[in-house]
Amino acid sequence: MDFLNALVALTNYIIIPASTYGAQLALGALGVTLIYGILRFSNFAHGDTMAFGTGLAIIVTWGLQAMGVSLGPLPTAMLALPFAIAGTAVLVLVTDRLVYAHYRRVKAKPVTLVMVSVGVMFVMNAVTRFMIGVDDIKFADGARFVISARGFKEATGLAEPLAFRTTQLLTLVTAAIMVAALFWFLNRTRTGKSMRAFSDNEDLALLSGINPNQVVRVTWIIAAGLAVTAGTLYGLDKSFKAFNYFHLLLPIFAAAILGGLGSPLGAIAGGFIIAFSEVGVTYAWKKVATYMIPGFEAEGLLQLLSTEYKFAVSFVILIAVLLFKPTGLFKGKAV
Amino acid sequence: MSYLDASGMTGGYGGADILHDCTLKVDLGQIAVIVGPNGAGKSTAMKAVFGMLNLREGKVLFDGEDITALSPQDRVRKGMGFVPQVNNVFPTMSVEENLEMGAFIREDDFRETMEQVYDLFPILREKRHQNAGELSGGQRQQVAVGRALMTKPKLLMLDEPTAGVSPIVMDELFDRIIEVARTGISILMVEQNARQALEIADIGYVLVQGANRYTDTGAALLADPDVRRTFLGG
Repeated sequence: MDFLNALVALTNYIIIPASTYGAQLALGALGVTLIYGILRFSNFAHGDTMAFGTGLAIIVTWGLQAMGVSLGPLPTAMLALPFAIAGTAVLVLVTDRLVYAHYRRVKAKPVTLVMVSVGVMFVMNAVTRFMIGVDDIKFADGARFVISARGFKEATGLAEPLAFRTTQLLTLVTAAIMVAALFWFLNRTRTGKSMRAFSDNEDLALLSGINPNQVVRVTWIIAAGLAVTAGTLYGLDKSFKAFNYFHLLLPIFAAAILGGLGSPLGAIAGGFIIAFSEVGVTYAWKKVATYMIPGFEAEGLLQLLSTEYKFAVSFVILIAVLLFKPTGLFKGKAV
Repeated sequence: MSYLDASGMTGGYGGADILHDCTLKVDLGQIAVIVGPNGAGKSTAMKAVFGMLNLREGKVLFDGEDITALSPQDRVRKGMGFVPQVNNVFPTMSVEENLEMGAFIREDDFRETMEQVYDLFPILREKRHQNAGELSGGQRQQVAVGRALMTKPKLLMLDEPTAGVSPIVMDELFDRIIEVARTGISILMVEQNARQALEIADIGYVLVQGANRYTDTGAALLADPDVRRTFLGG
């Protein structure tokens, strides 16, 4: 019984939250890694692209709710998602045309493009706040739980509760579908293959007649799709706050770099590793330890780091990777 | 008139001229080899034919058409294939995907061309699902040549195809190049291994300081005592 309780506690406090958070980070890191592979710079505006897209999704959600449209047990925001993606895709394409295209034409160094993206980040952040404000917004509706804590306790008779929220299940399912679709696109379609070719060897891709403008356009659209989906799922799971997405940039970059910049598979692995490290290090292990080790009396909470410092985990991993294995786990391009 | 007729080419990458009144001609099915000392402008001459540098003077005629003003991409559409010396494959893509990318501009069914490439380089058929970056140097060169052949070019340009491969692999690559030429494709290649390359050349160009020094059939150049002494090491 103690073993089962330990397992349930572990699932409830670590496995479910970390998997959900990991899936959100993975979607974000995929966008970063795609931009890096094709456009060859680290896009600091990615976090605020997520914020803008999520803000748009919330506004459309309100509109749909006002019209009385709903998805039943699923959040209405899922219905708003395609509109938000389309709007955000337009925004990033216009940004590319107005800003990044110029720096590509003059063949600017990657570090210049990074600084340019910081500027774009500030502008996008301002646009997002202007559009939806700075307040905390909860926009999840529909059924709240797939498995509720009380229901689980009553059904199993275990001391430990297990809660599995709709948004968590939704995050995992949506992320799986997005990733499968992305890999199918990159590995099976002509356009997807031309993107990989462009990422592999730009000169040879040009020589083969691959149109760089089309590759860049498709990359932005996909990155926008991934960013808005990740942002909306994160907002549904926690809550929306315009500034939060800027803070997400660190774990997202840590995930992309840990996996190897330019490697989609690496971005996914990196996302989950960062998420599990962050949740694992900031979790108070006392309860699980008490169940697992008979007669064990813990002195403190057995918490390695208080949750306020969770970003330190990403930082430490990021620095360790850059010091010891700069190409990341899946042999990305060196940073 | 030759199928490729690049005459009086003068120019460089901006700054000083590298080529001085350089002329290169190749007929259909012929193998033309450019040899010469280091820094003679061999690769530059070939890049000029492919439109990768601006010519101040001279022009490039291809199948009778003046293509001097066309970009390299447009020249590919006109029937030129180019195999760079390095970075000439997509390393994280499979052999088959490399060939598909070679055929990117083709709207028609290119499976037949792919079969021909596999017939020419049987090892590529065997390794078609392996990533090009994981192959040996000689196999990678075969992928590079195969990629360029996917557009069914009339002129195939090779920049030092045997650089960094063993003598055995070099001989095999030369055999394959002869086979390609037999199908009616013109070959223009730059080679460091001058003696072996001239042995298979219908026509050889010896360049010195960006200008034509000797032009003759491969066999005649090999027999010429001056050429032998100065460029082939006796």
